[in-house]
Amino acid sequence: MSDKSSSRSSGFDRRAFMAGAGIALVPLTARAAVQDPTQAAAQDPALPVEVTLRVNGQDKRLRIDARTTVLDALREHMGLTGSKKGCDHGQCGACTVLIGDRRVVSCLTLALAAEGQEITTIEGLATGDRLHPMQQAFIDNDAFQCGYCTPGQIMSAVACVKEGHAGSDEDIREYMSGNICRCAAYPNIVAAVKQAAPDIMKG
Amino acid sequence: MRSFLYQRATDPGMAVQALSAAAAANNPLTQAAAQPLAGGTTLIDLMKLDVMRPAAIVDINPLARGWSGIETGGEKLRLGALAKMSDVAAHADIQRHYPVIANSLRLAASAQLRNMATLGGNVMQRTRCSYFRDTSYDNCNKRIPGSGCAAMDGVNRMHAVLGTSDQCIATYPGDFAQALIALDATVEITGKSGTRSMPFAQLHKAPGNTPDIETTLQPGELISAFSIPRRWPRSVYLKARDRQSYEFALSSAAIALDVQDGMIRDARVALGGVATVPWRAREAESLLKGQKFDDGLARRAADAAFADAKGRQHNSFKISLGKRLVARALQQASTMEV
Ligand SMILES: Cc1cc2nc3c(=O)[nH]c(=O)nc-3n(C[C@H](O)[C@H](O)[C@H](O)COP(=O)(O)OP(=O)(O)OC[C@H]3O[C@@H](n4cnc5c(N)ncnc54)[C@H](O)[C@@H]3O)c2cc1C
Ligand code: SF4
Ligand code: FES
Ligand code: FES
Repeated sequence: MSDKSSSRSSGFDRRAFMAGAGIALVPLTARAAVQDPTQAAAQDPALPVEVTLRVNGQDKRLRIDARTTVLDALREHMGLTGSKKGCDHGQCGACTVLIGDRRVVSCLTLALAAEGQEITTIEGLATGDRLHPMQQAFIDNDAFQCGYCTPGQIMSAVACVKEGHAGSDEDIREYMSGNICRCAAYPNIVAAVKQAAPDIMKG
Repeated sequence: MRSFLYQRATDPGMAVQALSAAAAANNPLTQAAAQPLAGGTTLIDLMKLDVMRPAAIVDINPLARGWSGIETGGEKLRLGALAKMSDVAAHADIQRHYPVIANSLRLAASAQLRNMATLGGNVMQRTRCSYFRDTSYDNCNKRIPGSGCAAMDGVNRMHAVLGTSDQCIATYPGDFAQALIALDATVEITGKSGTRSMPFAQLHKAPGNTPDIETTLQPGELISAFSIPRRWPRSVYLKARDRQSYEFALSSAAIALDVQDGMIRDARVALGGVATVPWRAREAESLLKGQKFDDGLARRAADAAFADAKGRQHNSFKISLGKRLVARALQQASTMEV
């Protein structure tokens, strides 16, 4: 995307602001906020920051740019490429992961903002060689074609069931609407969610 | 995305201080050098698009402990600004006593986004005008004051028909704000000199000659809560959109009625998807008050709500769509079991 408007549209001098920022802002360089304002003044937002992410039960310490999303941290820094990047703008659901027990889009979640929370990705669902009931149900019901949306669909579906939103076809369609499938495998996805729901509710 | 300083606010005072420090640059809030980060579903999106370019973001999520309460004791409802859309939508008391709130939230965005997004961030979300979101267009008065408006004679099917100016016709895209308008909500604001409250209806500003100024919030101020003075069990939110789920409103109506012995004692009509700000249709309300409900009255009220509407090339359909939606919402509200 071109950037013709860059000089006008923000209307303030970023450089001047950053130079002055240390006076009152306490940037986060590592895990804890820096308390010494002189040190803060020296902080360059372009430098990497340290963050520890807890993914699928394991802590991983990373040095990343503050701009890194959870999705990019997973894919580019941790080798966990199961979560997919479809739109990178919160519109397609391909990047869905669980944070705590909640499904979120990882493309709009900053890694820094997810520090200290439990992240579960598609790689963390199976127990050893035994697939999670939702993974098995997607296979049993042929709930995909190209498979690109599938990791996001499965993560979203697991949460959908646990939220109690898989009681009817209509509910499943409504509460799975945040996951777009370009191959339009929707009817089979609904069938898969229905198949897995009782198993998941049993625990 | 441009680089920024990331900072976690561990208490409200620290958040306010960090945000006000950046306010000195004398810019409207929308372009302030430091922006609060709540769910990030608007902010991170617009930073990726290079539409928002804060030099610092202040993560206010650590304030959730004090700022995410849902207090429903008695008639009054208090909602913390960091409460998640999904939690408020699923709350049994809210579904029962304030259905217009629960449904405005349930019908918005997706399950994932509702898990992330907060009420405060929701009312502060920016327009979805595609010329605003795409920096390859030079003409957008909201993004670049004085540059013109590409939507005026462009693809304006999603744009507003009420509250527009010759500078900007961008739609306020959210759903929840209309419920707040309909229920006479107040918004609680925390700033340098403590906390103040004002009617929620005074938060958003119509574009006029300054489309870049969207709210009366000042840089350094945060929304900390919303309050609703009383219950409105007879209230509905209807939303018409291009697909059945996960889509912004083409037109929406938030209706609250107080009906006794068949007589409408009080009425609230708020419109979404058709206006530049969360819109209150007072003309429609005064027509309804003191009347017995029938379909003719619903149609007259709907006509009154859109009496001043101005359509452009691609969005005139919103006027007839909006009227039908208001009439249907009034019917639903008047016949619902409470
Ligand atoms: C694909 C998609 C579809 C969507 N569909 C809908 C829809 O149908 N209906 C609908 O209503 N919305 C919809 N949304 C918008 C979504 O609801 C908003 O992005 C969300 O509610 C914003 O909340 P947040 O907590 O994520 O805000 P953030 O992105 O964190 O913040 C938004 C803005 O508000 C500021 N801010 C945040 N909290 C506060 C506060 N407490 N006080 C002052 N300023 C604050 C931030 O600095 C930022 O400028 C959609 C979004 C996406 C991406
Ligand atoms: S309608 Fe408003 S936001 Fe859209 S291009 Fe015109 S000025 Fe910009
Ligand atoms: S990649 Fe995150 S929603 Fe599309
Ligand atoms: S299986 Fe191809 S996008 Fe869903």
